[in-house]
Amino acid sequence: MNKKKSILDSNVFYTMIAIVVGFIIGAVFLMIAGISPAVAYGKLISSVFGKPKYLIWTLIYASPLIFTGLSVAFSFRTGVFNIGAEGQFVVGALTACSLGILLDLPAWIHVPLCVIAAALAGGIWSLIVGILKVKRGIHEVLSFIMFNWIAFYLSNYVVNLEVIHKEGGGEATKDVLASSRLLFPESLRTLLDCSAANWGIVLAVAAAVLIWVIIEKTTLGYKLKAVGFNSSGALYAGINADASVLTALGISGALAGLGGAVQILGMSGRLSQFAGQEGFGFEGITVALIGSSSPIGCIFAGLFYGAMKYGGSKLSIVKAPSEVVDIIMGCVILFIAISQIFRVLFGSILKKKEGN
Amino acid sequence: MGKVSHMDESQVVVCMKDIVKKFGDFTANDHINLTVHKGEVHAILGENGAGKSTMMNVLCGLYKPTSGQILINGKEVQFSSPKDAIDIGIGMVHQHFMLIPPFSVADNIILGVEPVKGLVVDHKTAREKVLELSERYGMKVDPDAKVEDISVGMQQRVEILKVLYRGADTLILDEPTASLTPQEIEGLMEIIENLTADGKSVILITHKLKEITACADCCTIIRQGKYIRTVKVDEVNENELAAMMVGRDVNFKVEKKEMTPGEIVLEVKGIHAKDYRDVEILRGLNLSVRRGEIVGLAGVDGNGQTELVEVLTGLRRAESGEVKVLGKDVFNKTPRETFESGISSIPADRQKHGLILDFSNEDNLILQHFEEEPYSSKGILNRKAIREHATELADKFDIRPRGSEGALAGTLSGGNQQKVIIAREVTNDKDLLIAVNPTRGLDVGAIEFVHKYLVEQRNKNRAVLLVSFELDEIMSLSDRIEVIFDGQITGSVPGKDADEKELGFMMAGGKKDE
Amino acid sequence: MDVIIKNLGLLINATLIATPPLLLAALGSCFSERSGVVNIGIEGMMTIGAFTGAVMGLTTGNGWLAFFCAGLAGALFGLIHAIACVSFHADQTIAGTAINFLGPGLAVFLCKAMFNNSSDTPAMDPSCKLPKLFEGVFPAGSFWSNVLNVYSVAYLVFVLAFVCWFVFYKTRFGSHLRAVGEHPEACESLGIDVYRVRYICVILSGFLAGLGGAFVTLATINQFRPSVIVGQGFIAIAAVIFGKFSPEGAVKACLLFGLCSGIKTLAGQSNTISPNLISMIPYIVTILALVLFVGKAHTPAANGKIFVKSK
Repeated sequence: MNKKKSILDSNVFYTMIAIVVGFIIGAVFLMIAGISPAVAYGKLISSVFGKPKYLIWTLIYASPLIFTGLSVAFSFRTGVFNIGAEGQFVVGALTACSLGILLDLPAWIHVPLCVIAAALAGGIWSLIVGILKVKRGIHEVLSFIMFNWIAFYLSNYVVNLEVIHKEGGGEATKDVLASSRLLFPESLRTLLDCSAANWGIVLAVAAAVLIWVIIEKTTLGYKLKAVGFNSSGALYAGINADASVLTALGISGALAGLGGAVQILGMSGRLSQFAGQEGFGFEGITVALIGSSSPIGCIFAGLFYGAMKYGGSKLSIVKAPSEVVDIIMGCVILFIAISQIFRVLFGSILKKKEGN
Repeated sequence: MGKVSHMDESQVVVCMKDIVKKFGDFTANDHINLTVHKGEVHAILGENGAGKSTMMNVLCGLYKPTSGQILINGKEVQFSSPKDAIDIGIGMVHQHFMLIPPFSVADNIILGVEPVKGLVVDHKTAREKVLELSERYGMKVDPDAKVEDISVGMQQRVEILKVLYRGADTLILDEPTASLTPQEIEGLMEIIENLTADGKSVILITHKLKEITACADCCTIIRQGKYIRTVKVDEVNENELAAMMVGRDVNFKVEKKEMTPGEIVLEVKGIHAKDYRDVEILRGLNLSVRRGEIVGLAGVDGNGQTELVEVLTGLRRAESGEVKVLGKDVFNKTPRETFESGISSIPADRQKHGLILDFSNEDNLILQHFEEEPYSSKGILNRKAIREHATELADKFDIRPRGSEGALAGTLSGGNQQKVIIAREVTNDKDLLIAVNPTRGLDVGAIEFVHKYLVEQRNKNRAVLLVSFELDEIMSLSDRIEVIFDGQITGSVPGKDADEKELGFMMAGGKKDE
Repeated sequence: MDVIIKNLGLLINATLIATPPLLLAALGSCFSERSGVVNIGIEGMMTIGAFTGAVMGLTTGNGWLAFFCAGLAGALFGLIHAIACVSFHADQTIAGTAINFLGPGLAVFLCKAMFNNSSDTPAMDPSCKLPKLFEGVFPAGSFWSNVLNVYSVAYLVFVLAFVCWFVFYKTRFGSHLRAVGEHPEACESLGIDVYRVRYICVILSGFLAGLGGAFVTLATINQFRPSVIVGQGFIAIAAVIFGKFSPEGAVKACLLFGLCSGIKTLAGQSNTISPNLISMIPYIVTILALVLFVGKAHTPAANGKIFVKSK
């Protein structure tokens, strides 16, 4: 019985339920659209596991998502809600891309410079919101939403500036210089049969471990969590709550900014003008929720989302709309958000059984 | 006051029979009975957590009883919502006022039963009716003022009017004097008299014996969720009531050894400070506390006690003045600095300020020390040392359940949460301990525990400043009592031969020698 | 001089075209937020409304019916949000995020399923769209003809704003919804069904957001594309905050943001100022408003807080 109980207490169990429900609802819509769920889901799976090369692509898709997931998860753990990872990701990408095009430096300086600058840009973007919160009491969710859109239009504006815009039209920037790319060495890429294979995933996993250590093992994590859970209590105990909120938001923003750098310097090599928000930040919320806000959980959740995104992009081959991924993921978020109700439900069922 | 000379069965308005209310496994009300007659003031007496409020929430339709019967005017009723109870004439004035701050007084009173003309709310009729009611029962209110701008006393009158507007015949008042000044309490007693004179019945929930003897006709005592008995107030004295409430003879006296106060630890001079509304609330306050004494700060809530403690602990900036701990300046320093200068404190709100409820108990026990050896070194926490520290304190301070070092503080009972705070603050070994309402919401056993540790601090030759709204607590613990009124100390008496009437007089703003 | 008058006419016209979708969504948001339920899913609800409007317009040929159906589609998503937030006590921001995945995802999914894997619907015949009120009344090209070259539903939206104001401040329901957003426990103790009020408000917010989305596809343009709703839902939220959570404030804020959008449309033709920079204005203005008027704006006290009914 205790084993059953511990399963019913664990987040993973409810996340699994949410994912299963998400796939079932996705299947219903596929059937409504006259597409066999078996065919579509089969394609989804074979697109990810069919060839080793596909798995590499999944890792490439997952890397930025792990970063934005970590960003949101870190904010959850420290009592703020970084719904602004979207904007921080964008300014990070924008910074990495601009510096990648405009500076001409040896790779050993160029890469770290672009990456660090992107992290700083994301961090500062988030810190502005933090300062508004601390100094003026403005709720971070509101300002984050505004800053997401400001970043979106800022990025579209900069992409169209002459200095970095691709010559001869198009809706993207020039390619960043090779010296700023995070790609694996040529030989390894050839071996893997994947031109975009890059160090992003390694950085993402390293960041996850680092964040885990900060949250669980350090006095910094202790302090940030104390303020996040109960800022009045932390203040009473002599912890500087404002400084903690700013630190938490800065770190969270930097993580999202790093995601943007990894996307540009790793996978795409350039920045495009977008018609709507790209969604890495919002997808980060999903990753954080699926990963139960645990940094290590975010690695797996990011891989899952990366696989769904990559596999989803191949669905048009079987004439299935790739947006089924959005439907599934939307349902997953919704059902994780209401998982409390499952907890109560299963808890009472278990109790009844024990009673008999 | 409002005493009814003869009662017979025909006049019973409310009758609760064998009421049981369970929350999960916890039984809050275990076969409770209550009979209230027309025109009577019926007190419900019980300790914190005895189940008084649960019982009344059942009667006003907020909770559904697990089993039992409610009869109103002899007819059995079943409430599916508070509206049913209101419709049948039962209205409750909650301890924490249920008012909408940005709404006007009149809008609050009519909320839910607004008169309408066509589609539109008829404010004119509503306003007239409110004024008529307030005149009839002698309750002055300004119908157009916003609730967020009016005094606590007026808010309470609005609450009572709200219930009367709905045509209530039985009014339930839940701890109505908790945050009133003595004058406002007197006013309330008059209102209760007017109500009963008009044939209304009043159920008064309280744990203050004096209020019961002052205005109640009958008193029902409950203890740990169980019905004990109902007595006529004329036939018992306060000590008997107290014994029934706690289930044994209570000795309110705390044993203390004789001590001579030593050097001055805390010295406060001419503090001026504003409250959250930017109104000056501390107006040149002076106070000192010496080693080996407990100084009790007596006063009605809202006279500046909270703000004084906030200034002392670094949570509020004062406008001017002087604060010294053992001669060292701690005026307008941060919480960290005041702590390091020797002030440790048990905050009034243990869940908001005292604990991080989502932290484990062991983490709560190192809240001020997590950056020190052995709990951490070079920024890395030492879990083993933290656990050992927690186990040691749990043993010493009897924090239950045992082995809960890793459990979240939020899962502990109120009494044990307070033990965690006391364990942490007392072992800080600071020269001054400030305790604010340290026993609020605790049961008798836990209260004795807290008092024991406060006296122990004093006996260890430390200074203790006790701030409490419970005069009994101040009188039984303090070596010296300072009375705070309107942001100043208005009187000082030795704790030994303090006279309650004299203290009450000073707390209401009277000078000692007048 | 003539050029200025002509451009002024066109600018007013562009503002009148851009404002109604924002205002519809903002009025919806007012209902939800004032009753204590944060709804950042407005954008998703608008997208599903925009899609439903286009599809129903194409299939029924009746603009008004299509408009109404779009509202129902939005209301359905409002219902989902209400179930999650009110009955199941979900975190309102997270549930709203889910709606923002589901709305656009479902719209484009169904669009592809219905229209041969295309993410755009076919263009509608003008007769399927909502009618224009003053068409042909003024001479073509005159100032008034330019100004009033607006679909009739735009005028209706301003009437609706007045109705919302009336409901908010003059009716019992309005009084209850404002009270529920401030102190739900107090309302419960007075026998007001907090859940019921919140359900109605959140569903209404979905309905109005759905109408707002459909305004774009049935009046402004004549088809659904994934990019028809880009940020209008969030601008509506910004307008509600800027307008201090009141319908009358939302009208003013939406007109201001509509003007920004109008300037963008006109400037886009002349190519002098980057439309991207103009697009930022509503968001920057909202942040500035928050910074300058903080403390003066009263946020509903119970907004975003979970309320659990007594048992």
